[in-house]
Amino acid sequence: MPLTHLEPSPEQIEQEKVYRTMGLTDGEYQKVKGLLGRRPNYTETGLFAVMWSEHCSYKTSKPVLKLFPANGEHVLQGPGEGAGIVDIGDGQAVVFKIESHNHPSAIEPYQGAATGVGGIIRDVFSMGARPIALLDSLRFGDLKNPRVRYLFEEVVSGIAGYGNCIGIPTVGGELQFDSCYNGNPLVNAMCVGIMNHEDIQVGQARGIGNTVMYVGASTGRDGINGATFASEEITEKSDEKRSAVQVGDPFMEKLLVEACLELTKHEALVGIQDMGAAGLVSSASEMAAKAGVGIHMNLDLIPQRETNMTPYEMMLSESQERMLIVIKKSSEEEIKAIFSRWGLHAVAVGEVIEDEVLRLEHKGRIVAEVPSDALAAAPVRHMPSKVPAVYKENQLAPIRVPEIKDYAGTIKALLAQPSLASKEWVTRQYDYMVQTNTVVSPGSDAAVIRVRGTKKGLAMTTDCNAKYLVLDPKEGGKIAVAEAARNIVCSGGLPLAITDCLNFGSPENPEVFWQIEESVKGMAEVCTALGTPVISGNVSLYNETDRGAIDPTPVVGMVGLVQNLDHVTTVPFKNEGDAVYVIGQAAPEFGGSALQIMLEGQASGKAPALDLNVEKRRQTQLLQAIKAGYVSSAHDVSEGGLACALAESVFGTPFACDLSFDTEPAEELFAETQSRLIVSVPEKYQEAFEKIVTDAKYVGRVTLSDRLQLRFNDMTVTLNRPELEKEWRGALSCSMTTEN
Amino acid sequence: MKTAVIVFPGSNCDQDMYYAIRDGLGEEVDYVWHAETSLDGYDAVMIPGGFSYGDYLRSGAIARFAGIMPAVVKAAGEGKPVLGVCNGFQILLEAGLLPGAMLKNRDLKFICDTVRLKVENNKTLFTSLYKKDEIIRIPIAHGEGNYFCDDKTLRSLNDHGQIIFTYDGENPNGSKANIAGIINRTGNVLGMMPHPERAADALLGNEDGLRLFQSILNHWRETAHAAYTS
Repeated sequence: MPLTHLEPSPEQIEQEKVYRTMGLTDGEYQKVKGLLGRRPNYTETGLFAVMWSEHCSYKTSKPVLKLFPANGEHVLQGPGEGAGIVDIGDGQAVVFKIESHNHPSAIEPYQGAATGVGGIIRDVFSMGARPIALLDSLRFGDLKNPRVRYLFEEVVSGIAGYGNCIGIPTVGGELQFDSCYNGNPLVNAMCVGIMNHEDIQVGQARGIGNTVMYVGASTGRDGINGATFASEEITEKSDEKRSAVQVGDPFMEKLLVEACLELTKHEALVGIQDMGAAGLVSSASEMAAKAGVGIHMNLDLIPQRETNMTPYEMMLSESQERMLIVIKKSSEEEIKAIFSRWGLHAVAVGEVIEDEVLRLEHKGRIVAEVPSDALAAAPVRHMPSKVPAVYKENQLAPIRVPEIKDYAGTIKALLAQPSLASKEWVTRQYDYMVQTNTVVSPGSDAAVIRVRGTKKGLAMTTDCNAKYLVLDPKEGGKIAVAEAARNIVCSGGLPLAITDCLNFGSPENPEVFWQIEESVKGMAEVCTALGTPVISGNVSLYNETDRGAIDPTPVVGMVGLVQNLDHVTTVPFKNEGDAVYVIGQAAPEFGGSALQIMLEGQASGKAPALDLNVEKRRQTQLLQAIKAGYVSSAHDVSEGGLACALAESVFGTPFACDLSFDTEPAEELFAETQSRLIVSVPEKYQEAFEKIVTDAKYVGRVTLSDRLQLRFNDMTVTLNRPELEKEWRGALSCSMTTEN
Repeated sequence: MKTAVIVFPGSNCDQDMYYAIRDGLGEEVDYVWHAETSLDGYDAVMIPGGFSYGDYLRSGAIARFAGIMPAVVKAAGEGKPVLGVCNGFQILLEAGLLPGAMLKNRDLKFICDTVRLKVENNKTLFTSLYKKDEIIRIPIAHGEGNYFCDDKTLRSLNDHGQIIFTYDGENPNGSKANIAGIINRTGNVLGMMPHPERAADALLGNEDGLRLFQSILNHWRETAHAAYTS
């Protein structure tokens, strides 16, 4: 017998305020009561609690998210479905989305990260696309902390375990370390897929009388209330919520990908949606609400891997690798045949009904009946915001140029910072080559994946420097988008659109809510200016521990179109004698810079400023020069300034460079002034290049040497490439192996 | 030449192998589902990489019982070229078509990289277009590629020239005698951890693996030609 008789009665739920432990506020409970015209029972209360969690409903962030531009001439599907879709010509489209799995990864890092990857893959193939690449944007605390090392190691293993097995290359992302993430790592996974226009699917339950089918893995008790858990701060008691973390099975998902892609070619398919956060509840109610219909579901038919599951448990389970599909009536057998070829079950569990309700039947009784759109339409919360005093102080702080005595030593030390060091220790664990389309592997400004059968490629990257956002969330938000676009352009691509993952602390703190508002404003401004709309995204709030909120970290995932793979450009210098140009002049901007963090331990002062007109002009000009074939290598100047960008341009090559500057060395080498780029150009194209890229300044030549010479008016900085490279390559694995 | 690429549930390098043969080599190739029972009409058989059946038991341990495996064994017995790459190599070991077993990588982590291989024996149908002792660059991507066998088996492999590829320089996974690929005694079944199909396209910057497929094609042309004229 199911244990439903142990559940509190509707009266008890109200009187004893049981709904509070499920995550609903008093006001929200009253609204539920009003909507139903009666007290909700235990199952219904659970449905509302999970659907009205921040994770599912975006009830707090919705008013802010409206600021994002969601439309553009190439956008085929904006936010609201599993993932966004952008046209890339020739009847093809690219599909992508990023999503967080921060809270699960803080508690059970391997499975937390693995299921984060699994979830985002389902979002992409549920649109009808074949997943072709994964990227991961990761933040961890201080590597001196043994628990941080454990989280880092296990998260990377989890991502590798899932992505490698399913056979989707993990080609990029970013990785940074800061003590603000000590107890609350960020694990944001992005998936990119490709499809033909005619295969686009939507998660809608159209057609009264059509059949609702459940496909994939069976339902267990894992992950119950996962979405509610993700909408709370992490505390000492979070370990008790380990059962809210799901367990992934990449093999099952591999079968599901193949079967679902076969299914999307079948004319009987009406709608398909992943059972992600909030499992069956969210998929069923969203599919019904979007089509303006209802769904009647018989829970006795749900494939279950545990006995005596209650309706509450079945509806809220977040067991992985499951999809809900709606198909034309009477085509059940054909659909079952597709799945059975892959060894999977497809079970008819319900039908589309006219009444706009989600009606759940169990053991011959109706155990829940709630309006389908009520679940999706959570009460919006308008939070107060407040400008933090520290922001005002930072804005007024005088400009300070750090005093550098040993330039070569400082550069070496910067390159050994875990955030700046080579990420090979991580990327070597990811299969970045499977599918044999990886034209540019991890480590360049953006990864490039070939579109098989065409001359085209897709450039992709993730970006966010939280240190700028700490000082100035608006400027930092602008920079996150601009830098992503710069990375795409440096790789030879035209930026198309972005997906975003907004990682912040608790929105109930007015100063955090202000950070959210400001950063979204900044991001939206640059998205509009660069013509790169926001086509999908995810919000992760309550990233806090008892030590406070994380730095605001709105991660930008961007995809660009490389029209011809001949345009692909990478970071390393290519030929001895090529001219080296620096595009853009440095200003004394050190706020939030890697140098400042290394020397002072924290960010202070003003964040670098972004001039959108300058940014846009330089990107347009550089892309034009790249397409004309004038550019041997291109790299954007970001964390660590020009010094680190130059080092990265010679690593892995037999080259160095001999450059002369008439500027102030600390500023030239370490400032993180925006919109700066370093480019190498063959001599024969110099004149043509200079005509196009008007802000380019010639600084010297690529040499066949181990020694980089950086000449300033009063001094010369000499760097030894092999020595620097050894430091840079070894730093991360050194931090992971020596401090046990 | 008509080639079969076997597809198990969980194979994920099947497409890469398919494209290497169709586009890199320019020859006819089909996917053959694991539940099929015949490979008649195919001139060569490829067992691709991936995680067949999730590799949840032991890599390749379940795949060896698949419906297609008796046909693979038959093809091997008939002298047709059979190539197992990565998970395919593990399956050939489990099926007893090659000696030895696979352990987890020495440092217990998955490794994806491009490594240097030394061609130890070029007198095989798979390696005739390489020079003996030539160093080639081929990608690896595995968590269980640490080849192991007892000393007697190793001696036998050495004595019969069955060690085809070894890792040059650093051994990435700790395999015995730096072994990266071995062949059966009759010289028509090759198992290797590195992925030649990932190095068969100029666009991806490496064509060192293409000559392995070209060697198979050359062998087929010579033997098929002989068959027609005899």
